[in-house]
Amino acid sequence: MRTGDTVWRAMAGNPVRFLLSPWPWRSLAYLASGPFTGVAWLLAAAALLGLGVVLTPVVVGVFLLACLPLSAMVFAAAERRRLRLVDRRPAPSPHGEPRQTGVLPWARYRLGEAATWRELGYALLAALLTAVDVAVPFVLLVGAAAPASAPVYLALGDPVVFGPDVTIDRQETAWPVAAVGLLLLVLALYVLTALAGARAALARALLVRPAEEELGERLIAVRASRARMADAFEAERRRIERDLHDGAQQRLTGLIMTLGLAGMDAAGSAELIDRARGEARAALEELRDLVRGIHPSVLTDRGLRAAVESLAERSPVRVEVDVELPGRPPEGVESAAYFVIAEALANVAKHSGATVATVTARRDGAALLLRIRDDGRGGAAVEGGGGLQGLADRVAVYDGTVRLSSPEGGPTMLRVEIPCEW
Amino acid sequence: MRVVIAEDSVLLREGLSQILDRSGHEVVAAVADAPGLADAVAAHAPDVVVTDVRMPPGFRDEGLRAALALREERPGLPVLVLSQYVEQSYAADLLQTGGGVGYLLKDRVGEVAEFLDALGRVASGGTVIDPEVVRRLLARRRDGTPLDRLTAREREVLALMAEGRSNGAIARSLVVSEAAVIKHVGSIFTKLDLHRTPDDHRRVLAVLTHLRTPPPP
Repeated sequence: MRTGDTVWRAMAGNPVRFLLSPWPWRSLAYLASGPFTGVAWLLAAAALLGLGVVLTPVVVGVFLLACLPLSAMVFAAAERRRLRLVDRRPAPSPHGEPRQTGVLPWARYRLGEAATWRELGYALLAALLTAVDVAVPFVLLVGAAAPASAPVYLALGDPVVFGPDVTIDRQETAWPVAAVGLLLLVLALYVLTALAGARAALARALLVRPAEEELGERLIAVRASRARMADAFEAERRRIERDLHDGAQQRLTGLIMTLGLAGMDAAGSAELIDRARGEARAALEELRDLVRGIHPSVLTDRGLRAAVESLAERSPVRVEVDVELPGRPPEGVESAAYFVIAEALANVAKHSGATVATVTARRDGAALLLRIRDDGRGGAAVEGGGGLQGLADRVAVYDGTVRLSSPEGGPTMLRVEIPCEW
Repeated sequence: MRVVIAEDSVLLREGLSQILDRSGHEVVAAVADAPGLADAVAAHAPDVVVTDVRMPPGFRDEGLRAALALREERPGLPVLVLSQYVEQSYAADLLQTGGGVGYLLKDRVGEVAEFLDALGRVASGGTVIDPEVVRRLLARRRDGTPLDRLTAREREVLALMAEGRSNGAIARSLVVSEAAVIKHVGSIFTKLDLHRTPDDHRRVLAVLTHLRTPPPP
């Protein structure tokens, strides 16, 4: 919030600057204009209510009654504009976007919104407070202005009368009274500014979308949907892996067995059969590697440790595996962790020139913590759409973070943290 | 031999049955899931069990778990585990249950003679480990480790030892005399600082454990 955005800030500052600022007058304008909008809505609402009740048997009345909360929306929109007099912060509407077009769906959507009913509540409250809005500034200003202007009245020949007992008819007494009056005037300006501030706070609370909270909720919704999508992709990968395992892989294996059987009988064409079998085996091996890349069955069966050990076995660089986890993290997180480690180890083998890499995995509170370290030449970077970027994206889906430290000359240290409950 | 087969794919179950039938073995039961396997073993008391790893209902490692449970219940029951993938950690679990176990890639069945030889070795209490597991363990770079000091021929012998071959089989495979193999084996054990053991299974265990343990940096 910037300084001078609201009346409260202005009041808390230098009194002279406050009294010379537009704030007291803005506050006065805010309070004085309130009754106009308030009464206007009250008349409209009364008309809607009256007509609605009368016409209820003719169905139209029901629609008119339904318009009552909607009329409060119009009033609230006017109030949000009026709010700018005393509160310069943005005041966005709390209403959402209806998903369907058309008058009826719109009305139904609006009537289902909590914001609409909050606005109706505010409108009723504002109508009641109209009296306060009118009375308080009037009493304060008149009450302070009368003694303040006592010398002027006297000079014009009018004695100033306060109640039945106090009459000021001499200039000597008029001046101190005027001084007290001026002091009261200053106080009155503070009080009515405070009143305007309170009214504005009420309006903001009931009529304005709370910016951060709402955004927070949306962000959480987006995160949840993103994680659901990642889980769906994960499930899909598993399905593909299973389909390939049950389909193409089985068939190729069957073919190899059949060729083996054929080889038992056919003496003459043994060489051809051998060649066919060799090719079928090569195809199966390629398929196996492909399927492992989609989703390794050892991860599903035995979890992260066995899967990382399997990766380590395949790595041309020596890999020390130190995975100590109590139980198993959620499937999606476990899988993300596996692929992150796989990508990191592939990078180590391709670019680092390292002789040894270490993979550590631990549970750290409510998070899975991975560390992949190598003694290579360093200089790795996340940017550039390379493998490390994809790895960071994979982790980000689960609100995880990837931190890379890779100075020129090494060592490279990748630290991955994925929050999760398990 | 009387064999029980557990394999959920009809195609492969039939293929396996045929190969075994034609080679003069008797397939006493061919089942499609792990509970079926336990029942069939209880009913038929087979000489050897051949089982897939991934089976219903969970399609995870039910077959392997069933095999481990069977071996716990009936120590020494020969079990040959077939899988679409070989993973060292599965092999380690099987080896821990003693001799008479095998762990092979499914498509090795296509090399009928070798497959039958492996099955025979498992049935007679031997140990069979897929060459792929061994190859992967040996492929890791180990600069400055004892493995570095092996000659090329010694590495060949080591690989065959890890697969569970006996000295005689290694000799036949490398076309050398058994005496030469014994000499190589002795040299390997000295270089790797392993305990000598006359038992083939313990020999596999020792060699694989050595290969699995990451050398000190």
